[in-house]
Amino acid sequence: MTDTSRTDFQVYYEEGQPVILPIGDWTVRTIKTVNAKLRELEPSIRQTVRLDLSQLQAIDTAGAYILDRTLRNSGDTGALRSYKGDHENAKRLLQQIREACEKTLGQKPVRRPFLDVLEKIGRGTYTGLSEAMHTLSFFGQTLVVCARLLFMPKNFRATATVSVMEEAGLNAIPIIMLLTFFVGMVIAFIGATTLEAFNSTIFTIDLVGIAVFREFGVLITAIILAGRTNSAFTAQLGAMRMQQEVDAMKVLGLDPIEVLVAPRIIAMLIMVPLLSFLATLAGLFGGLIVCWASLDISPVLFANRLLSQVSIDNFWVGMSKAPVFAIIVALIGCRHGLSVQGSVQSLGTATTRSVVQALFAIIVIDALFALYYMQLGI
Amino acid sequence: MDQTTDTLDPASNGTETFAIQIRGMVNRFGDTIVHDGLDLDIRKGEVIGIIGPSGCGKSVLLRAIVGLRPAQAGEVTIFGQKLTDLNPDDRLRMEQNWGVMFQDGALFSSLTVMENVMVPLKEHIDLPRPLMRELALMKIQMAGLEPAAALKYPSELSGGMRKRAALARALVLDPSLLFLDEPTAGLDPITAGRFDNLVRELQQTLGLTVFLVTHDLDTLAATCDRIAVLGEKRTLALGTMDELRQNEHPWIQEYFSGPRGRSAAAGYN
Repeated sequence: MTDTSRTDFQVYYEEGQPVILPIGDWTVRTIKTVNAKLRELEPSIRQTVRLDLSQLQAIDTAGAYILDRTLRNSGDTGALRSYKGDHENAKRLLQQIREACEKTLGQKPVRRPFLDVLEKIGRGTYTGLSEAMHTLSFFGQTLVVCARLLFMPKNFRATATVSVMEEAGLNAIPIIMLLTFFVGMVIAFIGATTLEAFNSTIFTIDLVGIAVFREFGVLITAIILAGRTNSAFTAQLGAMRMQQEVDAMKVLGLDPIEVLVAPRIIAMLIMVPLLSFLATLAGLFGGLIVCWASLDISPVLFANRLLSQVSIDNFWVGMSKAPVFAIIVALIGCRHGLSVQGSVQSLGTATTRSVVQALFAIIVIDALFALYYMQLGI
Repeated sequence: MDQTTDTLDPASNGTETFAIQIRGMVNRFGDTIVHDGLDLDIRKGEVIGIIGPSGCGKSVLLRAIVGLRPAQAGEVTIFGQKLTDLNPDDRLRMEQNWGVMFQDGALFSSLTVMENVMVPLKEHIDLPRPLMRELALMKIQMAGLEPAAALKYPSELSGGMRKRAALARALVLDPSLLFLDEPTAGLDPITAGRFDNLVRELQQTLGLTVFLVTHDLDTLAATCDRIAVLGEKRTLALGTMDELRQNEHPWIQEYFSGPRGRSAAAGYN
């Protein structure tokens, strides 16, 4: 079947009119060479071509297509088509292809390289701005629902909230504590090596205390939750959107924000401060271990200096950010989950987008907090 | 078993007139037996409709024939070649000789319609790119889509358009055997009717053998030469719609003589 040597064509003239005589099999596997030859031939044809099908053997749509293309380009516009020789299959195929392609001749899709790039930039800008708008308006909607829940506590879904607290909070304790423990160790190491030059390694304790209290306890927690919980929220709600469960809720008179979003926000508001507290403890413990092992600072000395030198304000600065990060993680996760369309692909993009936006928001807001507290002098 | 042997074509000598022959196919999921010694013969150039109650293994049969889920036992012969005897090269050649259209199209979501249709060409055929694009565009138009749809992504298409695009992809290598899994499910009656005509038209032009799994009585009436009824783990009956109407099996009676069956037949006549 792949023997291309048998596939060829000849052109002869009959009463001054060119006639193409295809020879052998003209199928998708064999037309490579004749396609090029036909293309070369086309410019030299000035008259309407006819076809002689007497020596044609197997033909499929691909073969018929290139024959028909030559005919069309030679000016045969369809109405008067003349064949010689008998080949029912070929005639039927040629007719069919002519009909299929005729309907839409001249409407071939065009690409516009330059305009397409401009369009892309415009769309990107627009999407970025409208994303921010949507998140804000979603935040507003959620606030209204949460306020309503304050006045109608019987609508509060305790089971869902507790289940989210377990899944997103309790189950995240090991990984969060382990990672902040390592971060605490790393800070202590950096402090120890740098401060050694000034012979003041004791300040490592201050460094660990301030860094973990103010930043890393809560920041590492938030970042892990953005990867772990935020994406889970998007996937859960997105899957429900795909199954039309959310639509079903609306039709049954349930408010998806009240049923799905509020429990998650409230659960996170409770759990993130607790997790941050545990993370802070783990971070301090990591610092303590390094101080003890490599600087010979005993745990008692570490604790004493921490209590006397590091103001408790640092702890409250860190903890004040926890509820904000909790809202960011839950809000962005839920919003993107509810924005999923029908396809699996949109679930994937929504999850990616949700994690990226949550991380972005966490770090930007953390920087704003740092500026704010610096101005306040805390 | 008697009913199936009745329907074997008496004029056949050997496998020449058959596109697909299935003998003694067994499909099991754990303890659940879906098919137990299923036999089925499909003639060359016919459109055969596969029907049966939900869960009788219509799609399983399709998947077993094309090798997505190998059967536990039994033999499938396609165009006179036993699938189990084929070496990987012959197997690949055989696979290029059939096209499969899945229920929701199964188009690759990261590719445009045109790129989807070009996939088999790119992978298996050595042709210059411009010609591939022309051929893909032709197939897209033959499947009844506007050329503008060629640059769209599957997610931008309606269900009916996705099915047409999937049909174009299944047909791009000019297969002689076409498997359609519920081609009209989820389409509105008008679109479904157009799709039926399209399948019929392409089948006649290209001389296809079509294996059509469906629930749609109108599709059966409009497109199928013969109908195979699956049930009780085997082929219950095989014949034209009129022949099946005479069949006394209660499920078949209910299927064709219910109000929906009668109206589909009336519309056809």
